[in-house]
Amino acid sequence: MDAATAWAEAMKFANRPNPYPFYEELRKTPVAKVSEKTFVVTGYPEALALAHDPRISSDMSRSPSGLFGEQQAQADATRLDPVEAAQARDWSMLVSDPPEHDTMRRQFMRHFGPPHTPDLIPSMEAMVVDLANSLLDKVAERASESGSNRMDVVEDFSYPIPVSVIFRVMGAPIADEPRFHGWVMDFMQGADVGPEARTAEGQAAAAKAAASMAELGIWVHDLVERLDREPGPGLLSAALHDDGPDGPVSKPVAEANALLLMIAGHDSTVNTISNCIMTLLRNPGSWDLVRDNPELIPRTVEEVQRLQGSVQFFPSRWATADIEIGGTRIPAGSAVFLVWGAANRDPRKFPDPDRFDPMREDNEHLGFGSGIHTCFGGPLARLEINAALEVFLRRVKAPRLVVDPPPYRHNQVFRGPRHLWVDFAEITG
Amino acid sequence: MSGKYSFDEILAKFRAEGSIVIVGASLAGLRAAEALRDKGFEGSLTIIGDEAHEPYDRPPLSKQVLKGWVPADHTKLPRLRRVDADWKLGVAAVALDRINHLVKLGNGEAVEYDRLLIATGTRARPWPNPAEAALQGVFTVRTVEDAAGLSAALRAGPRRVLIIGSGFVGSEIASVCRDLDLAVTVTERGSGPLKGALGGVVSEIAAGMMRDAGVDLRTGVSVASLHGDETGHVRSATLSDGTVLEADVVIPSLGSVRNVEWLEGSGLAAGPWGVGCDAGCRAFDINGVVTDHIFVAGDVARAPHVLYGYEYLALEHWDNAVSGAEVAANNMLHLEVGRRAHLPLPSFWSGQFGVNIKSVGVCSFGDEIVFTQGSPKDRRFAAAYGKNGRIVGAVTFNHGKWLPYYAELIEKSAPFPPPPPGYDRPVDTSAYSGVMPARFPDPREPSGNPDVVLTGHDPTDRNAEYRPRSH
Repeated sequence: MDAATAWAEAMKFANRPNPYPFYEELRKTPVAKVSEKTFVVTGYPEALALAHDPRISSDMSRSPSGLFGEQQAQADATRLDPVEAAQARDWSMLVSDPPEHDTMRRQFMRHFGPPHTPDLIPSMEAMVVDLANSLLDKVAERASESGSNRMDVVEDFSYPIPVSVIFRVMGAPIADEPRFHGWVMDFMQGADVGPEARTAEGQAAAAKAAASMAELGIWVHDLVERLDREPGPGLLSAALHDDGPDGPVSKPVAEANALLLMIAGHDSTVNTISNCIMTLLRNPGSWDLVRDNPELIPRTVEEVQRLQGSVQFFPSRWATADIEIGGTRIPAGSAVFLVWGAANRDPRKFPDPDRFDPMREDNEHLGFGSGIHTCFGGPLARLEINAALEVFLRRVKAPRLVVDPPPYRHNQVFRGPRHLWVDFAEITG
Repeated sequence: MSGKYSFDEILAKFRAEGSIVIVGASLAGLRAAEALRDKGFEGSLTIIGDEAHEPYDRPPLSKQVLKGWVPADHTKLPRLRRVDADWKLGVAAVALDRINHLVKLGNGEAVEYDRLLIATGTRARPWPNPAEAALQGVFTVRTVEDAAGLSAALRAGPRRVLIIGSGFVGSEIASVCRDLDLAVTVTERGSGPLKGALGGVVSEIAAGMMRDAGVDLRTGVSVASLHGDETGHVRSATLSDGTVLEADVVIPSLGSVRNVEWLEGSGLAAGPWGVGCDAGCRAFDINGVVTDHIFVAGDVARAPHVLYGYEYLALEHWDNAVSGAEVAANNMLHLEVGRRAHLPLPSFWSGQFGVNIKSVGVCSFGDEIVFTQGSPKDRRFAAAYGKNGRIVGAVTFNHGKWLPYYAELIEKSAPFPPPPPGYDRPVDTSAYSGVMPARFPDPREPSGNPDVVLTGHDPTDRNAEYRPRSH
């Protein structure tokens, strides 16, 4: 199988539950050309080196690829030329380079983490535990009413926790959450960097995704306008009205990063909670082991992030110069996808890489990326996942997977189950 | 197995019932003990430390402790596992008898060893005039007592703090003083702060940070004498330019002295630059012959480094103590084939004046510098150091996330200057563009004592020291 074929297979919806054999095939060439201007990196040392290489740009406005893949980007007549791109720089920190990236990250981090805001993340723990408990109470109540001991972990448990947290952190009105949920789901179903994007069905889904993203953009715009006029609680308002060394963020910068933090700030956490529960239930004995030894929960979460990273790669990076790496020459101007989900199973780094081992030592996985774009919300996500999983393990008795593999959302990048049905014996108090 | 004698059997017996003595109960000593147990050593383990305390962490002593965030006695090192050792704390090793395999202690005791680890580290270089050094209000900073005393003195509201020397410790303390809103003067015999470690170009940036923070930095000046009041408390200092400066707290920050005196007469290659050893942490004797049973780790070790022309490097860095201890422990328990090399890529960090400084490699091995990323003017940048067309070190100011990139280039001896980044190249002034001389001090020039020392090629070289013994 050549690299282009293996990549196309890995991106196909049918292989969403298990793209890993195709990643393994690809890793025979750790840096492989898969289309005219796209290289994918599946080796751990190569991905790590490129994540730290200042010749690799994340300025997606200048990349030959994009959120909808290289083909889409080329077909997209509305692509900006560099001059226009410079004028319309409402790009989030994720798809920007230093120094703009650094300024944005500082402006938002000031209101999110230490040293300036050391208490925000820890203060969310109680909220997560309360939410997790009340969600399981609801499931238990429904079970006693309906007589069915079945839950959809995604809808009933994983999703509501992070979305509530991120609305609180950002200072967005929770009443808008259902609309927000719809827009994000349309995006997850329609954004496709794989071969099916060209099908009629794919084109329709992509159009719907684009329309929903436009509506989400308007919603964020309105939110920023309101918080700009009327300061309120939360990160976004704080950044808009900051008197720190970098000053307040402009409204376009606020919008671009609010969109990023609202989506990335909950979706990957949802998927990781689901992936943790799925992975523990798939591995006989590990559920009991971790339930009886809750000190293993943090390691379990890291191991699940290694095996089932909820951001498999992000198609923003490209080479600003010719780069020789892993026996391959990447010409300047090529898109470079660092496939964390593949690098995390590189046997050169992780012995017995496909094995789930909650006791694994030195688990330096790339599930949260590496380098200057390392996941902004990682510390909050880790806290949420750990706290939620602890409650679930303690209260849900004798759970088992109903359908394995579960149905997946369409998108390759933000990969996770659409539903995760679990039958249980009991939910204790 | 081939061969007539089974050294493997001797080794197995040693691992089961031998005795290992570690002299030095700080970071390297503790981590070595843990590593020995991790690697299956079941014999007796003795740890000797001249300080009465359990192993503690020193980097916070010049930062968080002085600032008042952490009490001085709250920096105990986390224990990674049980070590089941006989701890002899508060008693110093005073001599080594290699013929009888004995470490002699200050209390008259002698401890027998089959294998010995020397991890005695360094101490703060004292103020050279003992009477002046004994004045109240005069502090060096190395131990928990030092930090507790200085912390209390800073809280008492001194009119002015005088820091003598502007290496990392002196600069960090000056930064804390400004955070505490104390008037502070820093004197530096050389031309600027951090010059020994990072060269004159970066030194000027560091000097700007100091001055902007309100530090009275005086370069090219030394302190001739300290003066106390009738109660024996320091009140003023006379500088080499004749100025008399009033100060209630004086901190000589003159680098460190290696704790090797107890090895005098032992026949080991021990001297002012430390104890010479091979890259496997095995000590050399005075003739440069490797010993079988004596190992060295931490600040006191100096070993040849493949990346730096096989010159002997003495590294007073935190991670060097940890990784050196692990390699020494491994090699104490293995024969030839199981031995590992300790070839750390040196790295260190510092926090001062709101700037996080990090470095990899040995910048002072280079003679050229190029600013590669960011803005020197804004004190956010990465810079690489080169020698003979290859990269040998790098430093970042508030740009630490880029350091792994440079570490990889240094490990590969990649060409210097490195290829230009795709964005954020320093543009602010021509003063910082292109490759330029790094301006490290002439080794004969009096200046601070850098905490990485290139000590030449000869493991027994006792004549490498250029710094005069009196200040």
